[in-house]
Amino acid sequence: MNDVAVLGAGMHPWGKWGRPFVEYGVAAARYALADAGVDWADVDLVVGGETVRNGYAGYVAGATFAQALGWNGARVATSYAACATGAQAIDTARARILAGLADVALVVGADTTPKGFLAPNAGERWDDPDWLRFRLVGMTNPAYFALYARRRMDLYGATPEDFALVKVKNAQAGLANPKARYRKAVSVEDVLGSAVVADPLHLLDICATSDGGAAVVLASMDYARSKGLAEPVRVRAVSTVTPTFPQTVIDMPHFSTDSAATVAEPERTFKESIAYAAYEEAGIGPEDIDVAEVYDLSTALELDWYEDIGLCKRGEAERLIRAGETALGGRVPVNPSGGLACFGEAVPAQALAQVCELTWQLRGEAGERQVDGARVGITANQGLFGHGSSVLLTR
Amino acid sequence: MATPAVEGWFTEDPACLLGSRCTSCGTVFFPKVDGFCRNPGCQGTDFDQVELSRRGTVWSYTDAQYQPPPPYVPRTDPYEPFAIAAVELPEGLVVLGQVADGFGVDDLQVGAEVEVVVEPLYSDGGDDRTIWRWKPVGA
Repeated sequence: MNDVAVLGAGMHPWGKWGRPFVEYGVAAARYALADAGVDWADVDLVVGGETVRNGYAGYVAGATFAQALGWNGARVATSYAACATGAQAIDTARARILAGLADVALVVGADTTPKGFLAPNAGERWDDPDWLRFRLVGMTNPAYFALYARRRMDLYGATPEDFALVKVKNAQAGLANPKARYRKAVSVEDVLGSAVVADPLHLLDICATSDGGAAVVLASMDYARSKGLAEPVRVRAVSTVTPTFPQTVIDMPHFSTDSAATVAEPERTFKESIAYAAYEEAGIGPEDIDVAEVYDLSTALELDWYEDIGLCKRGEAERLIRAGETALGGRVPVNPSGGLACFGEAVPAQALAQVCELTWQLRGEAGERQVDGARVGITANQGLFGHGSSVLLTR
Repeated sequence: MATPAVEGWFTEDPACLLGSRCTSCGTVFFPKVDGFCRNPGCQGTDFDQVELSRRGTVWSYTDAQYQPPPPYVPRTDPYEPFAIAAVELPEGLVVLGQVADGFGVDDLQVGAEVEVVVEPLYSDGGDDRTIWRWKPVGA
């Protein structure tokens, strides 16, 4: 068995607090350790999710959190994988645990973010596509999201109202989440009445950037049993696959796709391959999923994910959202946490926050936003430069 | 005077995108690549510069209603929104670009034909910096 146990989960509330990222990370770590009933002194591995906007301390986040918690001699690692950072940090911890090189690991991600569009680092960088896309095209992240949204409209008949329904659903779920930044009911009219940022996406279709911190405590199944936990939530699979050439879907921060003229396109798109790898590793299929947390950087992207993780066929996502199948109480609730719609993105913490939510869901501890009887959950996320992740958890 | 905003990505007269074609496997890349072919089945290290097709079809499109952050240099004050298109070329790749002056999202649809043009992107002390753009065909 390639399972590791999730002993504890913890989050600092998301917001725009303006405090050092270390504070959010340490608060989340302390919650997670308390939730796990694990003494910090017993943690033998710390993995940090790197933040790139907070100086050197952010580049060595694992060590920064370890020092802030009080040096305990644990091994340390720091991961960076853009939006998939938190999942890659989990994968690093999982690999050392499964190799027998660690018993109990603390995984932490936290960020303090600027206001407005995420922009590249300063300076003239003519060899950096992330700099060039702003300089030469004015291509922001929401502009990429809008390309995907428009394609859904022209190919599958999606409407701005369909996209707004995603926001309405997630806002409703987030009302019951004390860790969420935005806890306010939203109507379709509110979304359609907000300013257009990148046609067809409105301000309320697009997630904000937030401050936040999340942490999980992972352990070997033997360690979990030694703590008297016979049936902990388990990580059954972690997918951090890269694209397969030719990558034919335009993707941040690039100017172009690979050409499909000389090598045949892969069987699955990059986003389809992310969840597929997790399903393969766990021996579990989309039909077994009770609850999902997917990366709704925009409302329309949530619809793409329904198809990418196999909840429905290509072009059917609008039917799911209209029928309420992905709302709490529906066939397969998606983003019961409220999603990025209610959190805003705190990059290195966000993929960890998805795992925190599923941990609470699978334990039956999610309160008013609980998915009844949830036993199997999946996360999905994608970031810049060919990063993506999917974590499959069961109870 | 007019100067390309980036060196070696396109020609101004005639307006044309410049790509690299691997001399071993024939795969075309944009923007230009140096060094190593990115086809995982190819060991190629030599590339020919090639002119990409001047016409393609719209894969998708949007616009920038808010001014993008630096290093984007706005051309006007106050800011004027512009449209963006991702265009599928006969070479089998999709290339992003702004849409030509005077055209917006209402002039576009997935599958529509566009052609490449070169227009000013911003002004650098009286010197126009130019960029490739996509212009609806027949407009």
